[in-house]
Amino acid sequence: MVTDMTTHKLDAQNVNVYYDQAHVIRDVSLTIEANTVTAFIGPSGCGKSTFLRLINRMNDYIDGFRKTGTILIDGEDIYDKKVRVEELRKKIGMVFQKPNPFPKSIYENVIYGLRIQGINKKSILDETVERSLRRAAIWDEVKDNLNKSALSLSGGQQQRICIARTLAVEPSIVLMDEPASALDPISTAKIEELIHELKSQYTIIIVTHNMQQAGRVSDKVAFFYIGELIEYSATKEIFINPKKELTQNYITGRFG
Amino acid sequence: MEAPGKPIESNALKSDTMTHLEEELTMLKSEITVMWQMVISQLYKTREALLEFDKDLAREVVSAEKRVNSLELKIDRDCENIFALFNPVAVDLRTVLAILKINNNLERSGDIAEGIAKYIIVADHPFDAEILEKTEILRMYDETNNILEDVLKAFETEDTRLARSIFKRDEVVDDINVKSNAVVAEFMRNHPEKIEEGLYLISMIRKLERVGDHCKNIAEEIIFNIEAKVLKHKSKKKKEE
Repeated sequence: MVTDMTTHKLDAQNVNVYYDQAHVIRDVSLTIEANTVTAFIGPSGCGKSTFLRLINRMNDYIDGFRKTGTILIDGEDIYDKKVRVEELRKKIGMVFQKPNPFPKSIYENVIYGLRIQGINKKSILDETVERSLRRAAIWDEVKDNLNKSALSLSGGQQQRICIARTLAVEPSIVLMDEPASALDPISTAKIEELIHELKSQYTIIIVTHNMQQAGRVSDKVAFFYIGELIEYSATKEIFINPKKELTQNYITGRFG
Repeated sequence: MEAPGKPIESNALKSDTMTHLEEELTMLKSEITVMWQMVISQLYKTREALLEFDKDLAREVVSAEKRVNSLELKIDRDCENIFALFNPVAVDLRTVLAILKINNNLERSGDIAEGIAKYIIVADHPFDAEILEKTEILRMYDETNNILEDVLKAFETEDTRLARSIFKRDEVVDDINVKSNAVVAEFMRNHPEKIEEGLYLISMIRKLERVGDHCKNIAEEIIFNIEAKVLKHKSKKKKEE
């Protein structure tokens, strides 16, 4: 056993995932430090999204799902029987590829998580709405229209509302599954700047197909290929001097 | 024709906060400015060391050259990171490319300062005041240092007119270089015991002339950065247009 006593934000050891007979994650071990941005990259079907979804247990109800190995967050096994998935997801937020605001007002979208927790005190809700929208860099754009439907906003704005909704429940980890792939370059730039800002308060893990995006936003990059973690190191290392030929072929587009 | 250096109107897309890339570029620019000032100071010190025959000061220049070199490496590395991580385009791309090349030209100018300092260290006795005067090496120093300072100013203020003025001003330096052959030859004929001194001096003048060339290269990079015009290998008349 290692003697290093420091606790990583996330510590995955020998993780394997199977969907029935398909072995989709193969013996992946990696650790992630707090207040960093980690990008998961790799071709479609490489297991990066599956791995991301493991972190807030979104694969649990998929038929035939089976996992071995451990995933610790702040030193605790998130697949332990004692862990309640709802509690876990308060701590680990998720932002999806397509903006998915609820057909409700901007205000109600942001405080949705708090309402579920039974928090209805107006002062707390108001304060949460402003704080979360500010952190998601959209407060100035919507502060005068909080009762407007979130669906009336542009795609980029909707995505930032979804990020605000995620931040409202004060998670410590934010998972993002291609959060900007459905957005135009200006909205993408805003989301990327936001990720850069949020790092000081959250630990962020992002799945992206966009190499440039991985370069711009992340501190570390994990390259997955057919379920295996091929290379995991500082973003600079990966983009300037990758150690594995497979990584180089992928990031330079010379694949296949 | 559009005025040179006219920025693209893009207020619609401008935000009041700096993007991550802009922060990186600002840092890179301030690093290259530090590099610039170090090289200017190195050259200035060799002038003083030559004039006062101050070997300690010359040794100081040789030892400070290590710092110039390490800053060169740092700037190279930072440019590399920006290319790899931010994929700069348009003016941002030109800025990083220009800084990368300016860095190289500055480093070579730093090498020149070191080279001159080494001649001063190995020289046996102070340089003859008469030959210093006749070769105009001190004026050459002043011109090259002024040019170096002005290209820095042109870079900082994105002043392409100032950058263009460098091509003409470098001629003064070239002129002193060309004339120095005859002057030094005559000096050596008249003072056969001082041939070595004459040779050192001619080598120093050649080196200073190279600093002028580096400044021209830098001016070209500044114009490329701001106007996206490539002036390399163009005639002087074309460059000044």
